[in-house]
Amino acid sequence: MKMRIFIPGDAAAIAVGADEVVAALEQAAQRRGLPIQIIRNGSRGLCWLEPMVEVATVKGRVAYGPVAPPDVPSLFEAMASNGPHPLRLGLADEMPWLKRQSRLTFARCGIVDPRSVEDYCAHGGYKGLGRALSLSSAEIIAEVVASGLRGRGGAGFPTGIKWKTVADASADRKFIVCNADEGDSGTFADRMILEGDPFVVIEGMTIAGIAVGASKGYIYVRSEYPHAVVAINAAIQAARSAGLLGLRIAGSAHSFDLELRVGAGAYVCGEETSLLESLEGRRGLVRAKPPLPAHKGLFGKPTVINNVLSFAAIPFILDNGAKAYADFGMGRSRGTMPIQLAGNIRYGGLFETAFGLTLGELVDDIGGGTFTGRPVRAVQVGGPLGAYFPRALFDTRFDYEAFAARDGLIGHGGIVVFDDTVDMAKQARFAFEFCAVESCGKCTPCRIGSTRGAETIDKIRAGERVAENLAVVEDLCNTMKFGSLCALGGFTPYPVMSALKNFREDFGPAPTRLEAAE
Amino acid sequence: MTSPHERSHYESWDQQRGAEIIAEHSLQEGATLVILHALQEAFGHVPEPAIPMIAAALNLSRAEVYGVFTFYHDFRKKPAGRHVLKLCRAEACQAAGGDALAARAERKLGIAIGNTTADERVTFEPIYCLGLCATAPSAMLDGRLVGRLDEQRLDALVAEAQR
Repeated sequence: MKMRIFIPGDAAAIAVGADEVVAALEQAAQRRGLPIQIIRNGSRGLCWLEPMVEVATVKGRVAYGPVAPPDVPSLFEAMASNGPHPLRLGLADEMPWLKRQSRLTFARCGIVDPRSVEDYCAHGGYKGLGRALSLSSAEIIAEVVASGLRGRGGAGFPTGIKWKTVADASADRKFIVCNADEGDSGTFADRMILEGDPFVVIEGMTIAGIAVGASKGYIYVRSEYPHAVVAINAAIQAARSAGLLGLRIAGSAHSFDLELRVGAGAYVCGEETSLLESLEGRRGLVRAKPPLPAHKGLFGKPTVINNVLSFAAIPFILDNGAKAYADFGMGRSRGTMPIQLAGNIRYGGLFETAFGLTLGELVDDIGGGTFTGRPVRAVQVGGPLGAYFPRALFDTRFDYEAFAARDGLIGHGGIVVFDDTVDMAKQARFAFEFCAVESCGKCTPCRIGSTRGAETIDKIRAGERVAENLAVVEDLCNTMKFGSLCALGGFTPYPVMSALKNFREDFGPAPTRLEAAE
Repeated sequence: MTSPHERSHYESWDQQRGAEIIAEHSLQEGATLVILHALQEAFGHVPEPAIPMIAAALNLSRAEVYGVFTFYHDFRKKPAGRHVLKLCRAEACQAAGGDALAARAERKLGIAIGNTTADERVTFEPIYCLGLCATAPSAMLDGRLVGRLDEQRLDALVAEAQR
């Protein structure tokens, strides 16, 4: 009997040596004359334990990690004999960090072989599509509406309403577009699911196609994710071979096919209208809304454009019913959110859980504080356009409205932890600088404001007329917030203003001026 | 895309070959980026003479194609150095000590980030997020990912790039 060994082919695992561990294991097996089968699964998301190696036993999969090539000879003996080893973590399914989660979207990620449709189906895959095929368009959409699913890209718009708008529009062609331009620092959930369970995204897009009457879909993935590109292409091919993409999918009357397109290093293309421009082969300039993409989207046709995680939530909702999904969460934030714990954090990775945990629970309890061992001083939630939160706000619950009420946003669910060595004036400057580099240039507040903002923060940091310049920054932020065309210019004030408000001591003397201006 | 992007792997510009690549993709809807990617994959950059060829194939103006070409950070006007070292400069990597590593790499290479060494061996570029934010700081050398960078691992990476 071949020993079945799982080593993630996930980019984060590869970046810390998973491929080298595979090579060492193959060598060890050859030396011992023991046949092994290596499966390159996705990551389970316990990033501090990567590369995490699992071996199948009669009791379940036993995990070891983090494994380095020099550990492999002794590890191999331990795996072959099911004996003790310093890196042994016990049964993977019993690990507390995993058991505390509610994995609906990421249920299969890290478990299945991401290249196998059969494995996906053996773990409940394509049951959502099966049910969708037995429903009418209106019934599918009603299910999505009732689930309370909101856009997981960050805007939080109700997914079902978007679908209904497209379904109600009449046109010769409609499109489904998956936004996989996951540019926010501190987020990697899209990458992980595309590499670890790509069929769930394909299934979700297929269901969307059936619901709104679209027969063509595009996945727009960023070029910084070469492993995801390979994984998606392989999955599209496999789904086509299995009759699950293309003409008459799964023997039904519906046709739906997918094409992958790769971005070219423009952060702003994560904004939906910029992404559509890019897909059409143009500069990624943001479009003014209206018209909404649901009315005039890709190539001027009605288009459902959703984030990877929104599509990936759909198969569960169709398979288990809207209520099963909506039973998780709080307030108007229903279901689960794959939260990404990143930066200077001890237990970093992907933690999918119902909305409602506090920021403190996520950072201190689940994340274990910083890996440098120094005190946590600030966390940025929601990517480069998200606010910096101090410890004083750690009682904020992870929920769209709760974060908005405290001048923040949950965005795509990334949390970046900083220790007490962080210079918040520098972080505020970076926010402006990043906006200046990535601005598409179409609207003035973003294009000019970002550059002027960076210059003004430089003056403040140099101690030059601090009070006046702080007032200039605040004024500039207001102009950007209310005058920009999209979230890049419109949300850059979040990190800047939160840094100013919560960490004013980092911006030099004369801290009273801002209060006077308020 | 996973193959190492070493300069020696690239073809030198050839108009016939360029025309073939353009023709291969020009029937796709919205093909401009697809073609630019394919040209860069073949030649290591997008050669200037290709711009009017793309424009003719897609019935666009040269200005439109040039506008697209220059909008995106990925596309190169001239070939990069023999090795391309990209260091993530985004927030998660900053939080994990990325600023000090960037300064260290600049010192070792003798160039500021965003430049190529005089001997054209190493192009050193910032990248804004590789999605390896829980194993930060991270870098990419010729398409190969490296996470959990510290001074030692960075030095090894820089030395490898300089070879």
